[in-house]
Amino acid sequence: MTAVIAEVPGPTHVGPGTGRPRRRTRITRESLMKASFIVPAALYVVLFFGYPVVKNVMMSLQAYTSKTFFTGQAPWVGLENYVTVFTSQLFGPAMLNTMLFTVGSIAGQFVIGLALALFFARRFALSGLLRSLLLLPWLLPLIVSSATWRSILDNDSGVLNGLLVSLGLGAVPWLTSTQFALIAVIMVNVWIGIPFNVTILYGGIKEIPAELYEAGALDGAVGWKAFRHITWPNLRPVVSVVLVLGVVYTVKVLDIILGLTNGGPANATQTIAVRSYQESFVNFDFGVGAAFSNILIVISLLFAIIYLRANRRAVDE
Amino acid sequence: MRTHTTVLAAIAIASSTALLLTGCSGSSGGSPSGDASSLTLLDYYSNEPDNGFIQAAVDKCAAELNVTVTREAVPGKDLVQKVLQKASSRTLPDVLMLDNPDVQEIAATGGLSPLSTYDVDTSGFAKGMLDAATYEGEVYGLAPTANTLGLFYNADLLAAQGIAPPTTWAELKDAAAKLTTGDTYGLAFSAIATFEGSWQFLPFMWTNGGDEADLTNPKVAQALQLWVDLVQSGSASSSVVNWGQQDVEDQFEAGKAAMMINGPWQIPSLNASGINWKSVQVPVNEAGQTPVAPLGGEVWTVPVTGDDAKQATAARFVECMSSDDNQLTLATERFTVPTKEALATEYASKVPDMAAFTEQVQNARSRTGELGTGWPTAATQIYTAIQLALTGQASASDAFAKAAQG
Repeated sequence: MTAVIAEVPGPTHVGPGTGRPRRRTRITRESLMKASFIVPAALYVVLFFGYPVVKNVMMSLQAYTSKTFFTGQAPWVGLENYVTVFTSQLFGPAMLNTMLFTVGSIAGQFVIGLALALFFARRFALSGLLRSLLLLPWLLPLIVSSATWRSILDNDSGVLNGLLVSLGLGAVPWLTSTQFALIAVIMVNVWIGIPFNVTILYGGIKEIPAELYEAGALDGAVGWKAFRHITWPNLRPVVSVVLVLGVVYTVKVLDIILGLTNGGPANATQTIAVRSYQESFVNFDFGVGAAFSNILIVISLLFAIIYLRANRRAVDE
Repeated sequence: MRTHTTVLAAIAIASSTALLLTGCSGSSGGSPSGDASSLTLLDYYSNEPDNGFIQAAVDKCAAELNVTVTREAVPGKDLVQKVLQKASSRTLPDVLMLDNPDVQEIAATGGLSPLSTYDVDTSGFAKGMLDAATYEGEVYGLAPTANTLGLFYNADLLAAQGIAPPTTWAELKDAAAKLTTGDTYGLAFSAIATFEGSWQFLPFMWTNGGDEADLTNPKVAQALQLWVDLVQSGSASSSVVNWGQQDVEDQFEAGKAAMMINGPWQIPSLNASGINWKSVQVPVNEAGQTPVAPLGGEVWTVPVTGDDAKQATAARFVECMSSDDNQLTLATERFTVPTKEALATEYASKVPDMAAFTEQVQNARSRTGELGTGWPTAATQIYTAIQLALTGQASASDAFAKAAQG
């Protein structure tokens, strides 16, 4: 998407030399046309993205509590909410958990997703059916997924521990021990993220012209070599999309964590998103909640900028 | 520290706003007050069978007051958010039901009008329930019925082992250990990282003389040690750190727990399950202590909508919802306890299943009675400490100090 926009040349192609009055009318008509295409989109962005973000930034600078809803008054407190956020004992662990959760989820989703996409790119019977079944985790409401996984991961009666025990391995306290809870939550999020990765990567793989593989095969590039020298380089733009979107989706994940552990046990699965939710909707300290969520916005923005820069370089080349 | 100052500031601002607001509505009385023949109402009884029982009570009061009532019921967890949204868009309902620990938080916003404005008689109601509904000396709502926590036990399993229902912690530990066999744990309770976990801990903490204003008191740690012992000895599952009260109920009904801490709202489901269940008050540390459990239940309030005539009618409606007649009907239907002390004895004899809970309610305390809008902070510390101790991150005696740092 962004790549397409970047390729559209700016309004520099209005050449010199044409008569002034004619040129002006032409520009006006042309720019009107352009504007009519851009204005609805711009309005939409301002209304539904700009306003909430600005509002959120303002909120993080105010003492915004349940009272505010009734009185409409939210006194300005400057950076006090941010001080609260950065000095809270949970900030460090929550930041670390957010990072581990994001990196772990993305790594798992991407590697498994790519392997499955490559697998399904071959032609075999029932490939289509299996591929559509693979979408199931994506179609389920997150609250259902997390409830189901909670029972699967249960210590005493969970299916997973039942399996481990019957294989002669010990039961693992997935959701009840501080060591395993984050791993369990990441596992579930990987499961949920696989369909997205498979779908996008599969599409990317299918876009690679078959001739490349035919020509490569003549030079002996088959199997791993074909992947390394043909698939991977051609897939790179798609990979960057998947990874950036993956990060943006994952840093803000909330439902799964709330559904599985509610941030526990003993704060072991607290992330910035969970802190933001709890400050806002449990403690009704919306200012502090907004400060937490602004941190997430900044993290997402960083990745968006990295993506845009990487992409611009690709276009420049 | 900061939370404290914020709360103080909040209370200061809120009280002045409340004063201003009540001052206005009291003196001016001039807001457009034409049609008071229709009321809007918001509650969280969105599930059957409660939905039907409440609807019947609402219809009865509507007929008595000769008004039409438009009722909206949202799921429990969405209610406070919904109220805040409605407050900011100035579309608060004429009658608002709130879970009792939320009343002071909402009253502090200045969004509720005190019942004294409408000469509502609040005498005869259980003290704990009035405490919960009182903010800055004014009562903001009435609760038709109340509930609390007790110890449910599977009578067949206890009889098979010849165990009497436990009344002290030592007996509880002993019984739980004996009842733990194969797939079945002796006891199930909720120690989840939400206010539900804190609420379940309160009977143990309060009965032992612990207090939310001083969580580092050894009496509180002693109560936590009981839970730690139960989990570490294997008499209770380590999964309690993830169980809500509904999960506890599911375990009990599936025969995976011989006893459980839970509330009387589970009784319809328990009766349907066919389990031979009985209930007693939550055991005490030492014989002779009075069991003190937290008070649950919903308070009906009159939000400030600016329409004096409607607010007055709404106050009559709130009064009607808590009438003797309604209290007994709702208590019988919903397995809750009437909040008027005079009705309790009559009720306990009528519904013997509720005898233990009726007694427990008489000594029950409200969660916000002492700390008011500071309660959520304390509740967060309580469940955090429970989780730290049960997962072995801190000893029971250090857990509360450690939780307070978060």
